[in-house]
Amino acid sequence: MMKEKASHATRLEPSPFGEEVQLKRNLAARHRAGAIWHALFLLALIIGIIALTALIYNILDQTFGLVAVEVKVPPHELAQDGVPLEDLSTEQLIALLEARVSKGVLRRLKAEQPLEQRDREDLLSLVYERVVQPKIVRSWSLTDSLLRRRSVEMEVAQKYPSAQLQFRSWLNPHFVSQPQSSDPQVAGVRTAILGSLWTIAITILVAFPLGVGAAIYLEEYAADNALNRLIQTNINNLAGVPSIIYGMLGLAIFVRALEPLTSGALVGGVADPTTANGRTILSAGLTLALLVLPLLIVNAQEAIRAVPNSLREAGYALGASKWQVIRDHVLPNALPGILTGTILSISRAMGETAPLIVVGASTYIVYDPHGPFSKFTTLPVQIYQWTARPQQEFRNIAAAAIVVLLVLLLSLNAAAIIMRNRFSRRLV
Amino acid sequence: MIRLNFELPSLTLGKSAALDASNPSAEEDSYALEVRNLSVYYDSFRAVKDINLKLPKRKITAFIGPSGCGKSTLLRTFNRMNDLIPGVRVEGEVLFNGYNLYAPGVDAVEVRRRIGMVFQKPNPFPKSIYENIAWGARINGYRGNMDELVEQTLRQAALWDEVKDKLHQSGLSLSGGQQQRLCIARAIAIKPEIILMDEPASALDPISTLKIEELMRQLAEKYTIVVVTHNMQQAARISDYTAFLMMDEDRAGYLVEYGTTAQIFTNPREKATEDYITGRFG
Repeated sequence: MMKEKASHATRLEPSPFGEEVQLKRNLAARHRAGAIWHALFLLALIIGIIALTALIYNILDQTFGLVAVEVKVPPHELAQDGVPLEDLSTEQLIALLEARVSKGVLRRLKAEQPLEQRDREDLLSLVYERVVQPKIVRSWSLTDSLLRRRSVEMEVAQKYPSAQLQFRSWLNPHFVSQPQSSDPQVAGVRTAILGSLWTIAITILVAFPLGVGAAIYLEEYAADNALNRLIQTNINNLAGVPSIIYGMLGLAIFVRALEPLTSGALVGGVADPTTANGRTILSAGLTLALLVLPLLIVNAQEAIRAVPNSLREAGYALGASKWQVIRDHVLPNALPGILTGTILSISRAMGETAPLIVVGASTYIVYDPHGPFSKFTTLPVQIYQWTARPQQEFRNIAAAAIVVLLVLLLSLNAAAIIMRNRFSRRLV
Repeated sequence: MIRLNFELPSLTLGKSAALDASNPSAEEDSYALEVRNLSVYYDSFRAVKDINLKLPKRKITAFIGPSGCGKSTLLRTFNRMNDLIPGVRVEGEVLFNGYNLYAPGVDAVEVRRRIGMVFQKPNPFPKSIYENIAWGARINGYRGNMDELVEQTLRQAALWDEVKDKLHQSGLSLSGGQQQRLCIARAIAIKPEIILMDEPASALDPISTLKIEELMRQLAEKYTIVVVTHNMQQAARISDYTAFLMMDEDRAGYLVEYGTTAQIFTNPREKATEDYITGRFG
């Protein structure tokens, strides 16, 4: 009865929503507006994907490609009695080196390690390096190598008649395992990888406990007063301070003021603390720790805030002390979120260049860092330095080093994500 | 400061310093809690005013009243849960075994260890069923056989048969009603003297609600239970005593009437009580 009456009434009185026709028109307009927004969002995604693809293309384009190689002595001339160079015995290789390499170089090589004690692989690479002496005279991008192969070949024939055209992957096992060199053909990123890993390790070791501790204090203990609000605001702002400023800070504090500590002179066990002058891995790691600390604190705070209050109450209602609730409920539940923040921080620290240059990353280092008091370089610094060189070959190895940096970054992140997922699974 | 006594068996015997039952004046002995002139403020807003109540031991007392009248706020003063909310201030006294819970030097942690609580929404820990029970005992220093405690507690909570084969699954894998019974089990595992329940069945279906009510009746043989409920039938079904609260003009909750449940529901003294229980408002 009631319903009938109601519908009857609406039919008679003019509806504030307008007539049937207006409703249809209105509906169509709403759907149209929706479709436009839908298209805009899709466009934003597509532009993002295009930008990323262009980036990756740009890197890979430089990492692989054709090279024209000139050799001083072609390998086939070194073949003995029909046995090619690659298959020569250890003794034959030593004889070859003795005969073809200058006395001075030979003496130096022997001083490093007597030839007789070196294995065959080592000798063979020495022969290539010192006797064959391949030299890349020109390199082409991957696109040119694939699409313009013929004109590349013609160019080689015209300009470098004695050169051989080969396909080269600038990213190769040799590149990853060899130290820095002034020759782009033999230069590698081992020192930079180790430098990056050492620095990041120190950054995490310092920033993680400090960041999580500060976040716990701010979320669980700090009273809501003016001082704590001021601190909170400043932490949020610090997360946005340009990284170079952290570099200046690191230079002033860790390199200059705390030099006795960061150079290792106080700790002892360092051969010559004066060489690095405080421009050590420790200084770099601490600087990066300062840099990511606000980021880590803010993320950890978010994660701790996301732990439902009902869980805290459940703990307190059982007569738990504050620390017991934090240790057994708040932290385990916040951990996945905290680790997400840590992943972000690692990525940020891993890619930082400017503050490290200010702190004093060495651009040319051939020795592996052997501890926190070593001089160091890192991958981004190395890449920066190589891209600044005019020769095309350095740009190629810079691209290869970028690939190494990305792979390193992704594997560190993957490790953190696996860890995080393990924690979350254990909880639910 | 009050020393905590961490040995569970002796706690039930009441040997610990301040809050135990070794103050046997005959009258006080039959009451678990005595509330005197209690007012609760949120900053400057008075949420509850001038409550005077005596809650008998081993009985179920229900708090009923319209939304926002301060039932939950009052309940949470009994185990100092309100301490956790910034800006809350309590005036007056809550006497537990003759000692004021709000006297200076009383440790809220000890209060909560002796006066347990079950919340409106089931909130088991995201841990195993076993660990949900064991955690409270462990952090309070229980050194007995944990397996026995877990089994005995789950049996008391009428949950053992349903979960005995999956003790190491997450507490969150249970149904809503089972989760709430797990929360009750968790509360009784540390053998409190009083259990506070804040609308324990309001988020549950009717069958689960009945099971919770049954359980509450069983537990009332050993424990003093104070329950807040929106559901008047529930109050009538399970409680021995009923307190009816209402909001004043200044929105502060006050106690309208308190008596045995039979008296409140059949022969209320106040007009407001009668209006409320007959469904004329609220």
